Amino acid sequence: MLLDNAREVVAEALEVRPDEVTFTPSGTDAVHRGLLGLLAGRARAGDRLVHSAVEHSSVLHAARWRGGPATAVPVDRLGRVAPDDVALEVTRGAVAAIAVQSANHEVGTVQPVTAIADAVGEVPLFVDACASLGRTPLPRGWAVAAGSAHKWGGPAGVGVLLVRKGTRWRNPFPGDDRIDERTAGFEDIPAALAAAAALQAAVDERPLLVPRQHGLIDRIRTAVARDLRDVEVVGDPHDRLPHLVTFSCLYVDGEALVHELDRLGFSVASGSACTASTLAPSHVLEAMGVLTHGNVRVSLTRDSTSEQVDSFLAALPDVVARIRAEVGL
Amino acid sequence: MTDDLSPDLTPDLELDCRDLRCPLPVIELGRRLHEVDVGQLIGVATGDVAARTDVPAWCRMRAQEYAGESRAADGTPLYLVRRLT
Repeated sequence: MLLDNAREVVAEALEVRPDEVTFTPSGTDAVHRGLLGLLAGRARAGDRLVHSAVEHSSVLHAARWRGGPATAVPVDRLGRVAPDDVALEVTRGAVAAIAVQSANHEVGTVQPVTAIADAVGEVPLFVDACASLGRTPLPRGWAVAAGSAHKWGGPAGVGVLLVRKGTRWRNPFPGDDRIDERTAGFEDIPAALAAAAALQAAVDERPLLVPRQHGLIDRIRTAVARDLRDVEVVGDPHDRLPHLVTFSCLYVDGEALVHELDRLGFSVASGSACTASTLAPSHVLEAMGVLTHGNVRVSLTRDSTSEQVDSFLAALPDVVARIRAEVGL
Repeated sequence: MTDDLSPDLTPDLELDCRDLRCPLPVIELGRRLHEVDVGQLIGVATGDVAARTDVPAWCRMRAQEYAGESRAADGTPLYLVRRLT
């Protein structure tokens, strides 16, 4: 009963049917089940996966784990995949499913999900919506979609898997004799309720929060491009997630930049090689062909203030100049 | 990876960045570009994976021409840049 209640709240917030909603142990798990189950359900149509080159690593890992043919479709400098390029891959045949994110988790660029769905006919779309759910409406065109509660302010350990009514989805993992065949194990009901309440709150505050965050990010984009030389602010400046921005500073060590900003009280992320456990740069920045070193990603929380943005922008030029001075540039 | 090699281009100056990691190969390129004349080629020899993206990006940001990827004598990837300004 309580779980049905959580399901209904999530369904209403996302404008889907309650029987299309499954709670999973994480967003990653929702991606794995969603994508692999869609591919399994389409085995008769083909075994190829077509995906954008900038999908989240959970999609790429699922594709690698499955084995089987997978084709990455390149993106433009803004990080956007072109519907025509996806459609062209589909004409090459045997495509079981297409994976395209709703918006990129690193650079914010929104993907043309609906235009892709319209361009590819009957081939179903898996939409990783982890970066956007709760912030922007789910785009039309998905057959299966995945979300992550902690991304919309809910608890960690809750993911949401959406399977569109009528979509052929087959469990890619060992089954569990439960009412909801799409997940395994018993749902964490208090966490699912908290996730549903947080999603409802996020959707309710969206009309005020999204324009405010969009404006603050606009200010960062403008100021960084204006006040720092040899810097590249990446991603689509307009058609993007409201709350994040990524930029790269030439001749700057990403790790030094992150540490220095952290010392000043600003917590940022980076896609530079030196900050990654793999020592490889972000595959998203690589696919876009933008500078990968000296990279910083700023994400706003719902309570980030205009004053915090001001003090970040005031501190940044000196930090960059200091690091550059150390290498004599 | 092999289809975009430019094997027939030999740089006028080859920078040995084999032991350098990101962002040092690009810093070296920025420091030493002036050592070749306008129109000449400078090459960055490095195994650093970030250079494959960052050398072309540097060219775009600094208005120089990226002339492609080749191999140094020892097989190390060599990223070629033509000085335009």
